[in-house]
This record gives sequence, C-alpha cells and structure tokens, in this order.
Amino acid sequence: MINKEVKNAVEACKDIKSGMTIMLGGFGLCGIPENCIQTLVNKEINNLTCISNNAGVDDFGLGLLLQKRQIKKMVSSYVGENDEFERQMLSGELEVDLIPQGSLAERCRAGGAGIPAFFTPAGYGTEVGQGKEVRKFNGKPHILETALTADYAIVKAWKGDKAGNLIYKGTARNFNPPMAMAGKITIAEVEELVEPGELNPNEIHTPGIFVQHIFQGEKYEKRIEQRTVIKN
Amino acid sequence: MALDKNGIAKRIAQELRDRWYVNLGIGIPTLVANHIPKGISVEFQSENGILGMGPFPIEGTEDADLINAGKQTITSLPGAVFFDSSTSFSMIRGQHVQLTVLGAMEVSENGDIANWKIPGKMVKGMGGAMDLVASADNIIVAMMHTNKKGESKLLSNCSLPLTGVNCVKKVVTNLAVMDILDSGGFRLIERAPGVSVEEIKNATAGKLIVEGHVPEMSIS
Repeated sequence: MINKEVKNAVEACKDIKSGMTIMLGGFGLCGIPENCIQTLVNKEINNLTCISNNAGVDDFGLGLLLQKRQIKKMVSSYVGENDEFERQMLSGELEVDLIPQGSLAERCRAGGAGIPAFFTPAGYGTEVGQGKEVRKFNGKPHILETALTADYAIVKAWKGDKAGNLIYKGTARNFNPPMAMAGKITIAEVEELVEPGELNPNEIHTPGIFVQHIFQGEKYEKRIEQRTVIKN
Repeated sequence: MALDKNGIAKRIAQELRDRWYVNLGIGIPTLVANHIPKGISVEFQSENGILGMGPFPIEGTEDADLINAGKQTITSLPGAVFFDSSTSFSMIRGQHVQLTVLGAMEVSENGDIANWKIPGKMVKGMGGAMDLVASADNIIVAMMHTNKKGESKLLSNCSLPLTGVNCVKKVVTNLAVMDILDSGGFRLIERAPGVSVEEIKNATAGKLIVEGHVPEMSIS
C-alpha cells in the first residue's frame, strides 16, 4: 500500500502557487472541496486559473476566491448564481471560458485518460464551435474539443482510504471522478478517512492511483443552494 | 384561454411513453414530472448525476448531497443510481435518454434554439443545454409563446446566440402545440382551449403552417 495521507488541507496545498491551473470538483455547492478552498483563500495566492463547473455563490465555494480577486480565469459551464462573478466578468477583470457541461466533463476525463481530443456534436453551429475543426460523422457535424489537465485537481469524496481510493455520496460525485483523473497532482479531501481494507474494493468509485494526497476534512458546512421541500 | 405553466407541463406529459428515460430542464419542464399519465413508467435523469429522481424531500429530510441540475434538493426513488458527470453526458450524447424537455428564450422555424445568453445583459452559461440539444433525437421546448414585452419567441431566425441548430422537434406554449417541420416552419397541431388560430398567428413571428381543422388540446 502506498500511503497518501497528509495531515490537513494546509499540508496538501503547500506547493500550490500563484499562476497555477486548478480543477475543483463539485456541482453548485454540492461536493465541493470546502477545506482546500478555504486554505487557498488563506494562502493569498492569485492569478489562478480555475476549472470548475460553477463558481460558487458570493460568500461560499469559489465565490470566496473571487471576492479576494485570486482568480484570473474561470473555465465553467454555468455561473449564474454569483453577482461578484458577473461584475468581474462584465468589467473585464475576470477571463471566462464557458464550455458545455458534457464537453467540460469529457475534456477532463480525456485529459486523465490520455486522449488528447475528441469530437462532439455539442456546440456545433454556436459561439462554442467558432474556430474549431468540424467533421461529419454519420452525416452529423461535430466539433473537435481538446483535453484538459491541471497542475492540481482538488476533489471531495465521502469516504476514502489511505491508499487514495474514494467513494462519493449521492449527487456529490458529479465532476469529482473525471477531475481526479486529470490533475498532475490530485488532492482528495474526504469526510471519513479509513485504513486500507476497510472499503469494499467492489464499491470504490475513484481508484487510488489517481490520488496523490488525501486527508480527512473538518467542519463541513455543506450549504444547500435551493432548499426545496414538501411541508409535512 | 391560454394555458398557465402547469397547463403547458400537463400537455407535454401526454408526450411521455412507457419505459422512457427523460431529462427535464429547469422551470416549466420540471413541472412535467407532476403529471405522468397513469399506467406508464418513466425515469427522470438529471444531468448532474442521477437516474430515478423523485419528488422534493419532506421538510427536515433534505440532504445537501442530493440535488438536481437546478441545485434543488430532491429525493431518489427505488432503483435510482448516481453517477459522475462524464457518465451522465455519455447517457445524453449516446442517445440513451429518449426525451429532453427544456425551456427557451427563442426558437426558430428550422428548429434552432437560443436559451443561454443575452449579449451585454445576461451571461449565465449554457450548463448542459448544448450537449442535450445537440444529442437528443426528441426535443420538446416548453415556453410561453411571447416574452414579457409581448414579442413572439417563435421566429424565422433566432436573434440571440444559439444553443443548438436544427434540433427542436416540437414546441408547446401557453397558446399552442406545434411540430417543427424538417423543411422549415411551425405546423400548428393543437390550440389551447378557447384560443383561436388567428390569435396564434398573431403571436407567431416565424412561419406558421395551418392545415385544415386544428383541434383544441384536451387537458383534464
């Protein structure tokens, strides 16, 4: 067993520097690496390129990094819940690359899987397809999308073991598995870190080979964006 | 009388077929799940990573790790499954989902759709919409026939940045059900109860094709 355990987010993130490209898992505020985001805020590094499906909300998630102007460029599919994001984008302070959600996921997966590019129909005939190679397959036009990788991928899982094997919970899985594959270095923060052998190998979602550092996070807030309920 | 949003959802629910997997977008499409016809089984896919999505949770049982693509708390039904975003869009791109229902700001008479950006005003991003419309064989748009200013949302050509081209097959609005023909044009299939062909014509800027008698929708 190769032991990937580190003490905490500070140790896991110690070599992350200004100007780096970082993937962050999560969909909305669901399944985001809360501990590492707070650590990046505290480190006061800047000029980051962040690849993440969303940009958090004004006062949580990646919104915290935006507030302190630590992000130079965002690569996302949907950024509608964040006023500060919109302000920085419209004023030109923030570079934004909007990518269809499925293409974003597949570009990460491809990056981790050693596939440099692929064709997809998503975005053909739209702004997203402009300047990209077009080819017809079975009579249908597709555009060429290239793989994404990052200096660091930071993911959040429910359970993990010290070998870096990960299990996610519910829809908090989302972008975490494809991003875990695409980081040159991947950090996993988990709610519960266990000894090797305690997770059932049949039930692991991300094999530990993709993970370099793992730690048990603390004080998860797990904020809910849209609390929709049926009154009892 | 023109339909309300629930009425539009009810009419679209009549398009559901037994054993279909269905992706419902945010807004009116979400309401379709409340009107599944009796005697058929369908499963709802939400592109953030669940098949077998159930209703909203009973207050007090909501789970931050269980949401839909609109970031709303939901439940999962027996037989449900969770998966990552790459697998989710494999289902969509690979045409394993039989029906996609989504909203739109504009639809053109050749099936183009615009729903993600108003230049200089609103840029929220496309989310999964571009993948959905480029991949699905069967796409129904659910929307009001006109915008808040009273302008038609059914046009000859979309004026807003496109989400996809030649992809929408059917449009259900508060006034009418229309098929989009491969040769171009909105063919009027049904009218909302009490709405005249003339009213629909006046509210449609694109080419409206009216052939013979156009029945009223039957919505209970």
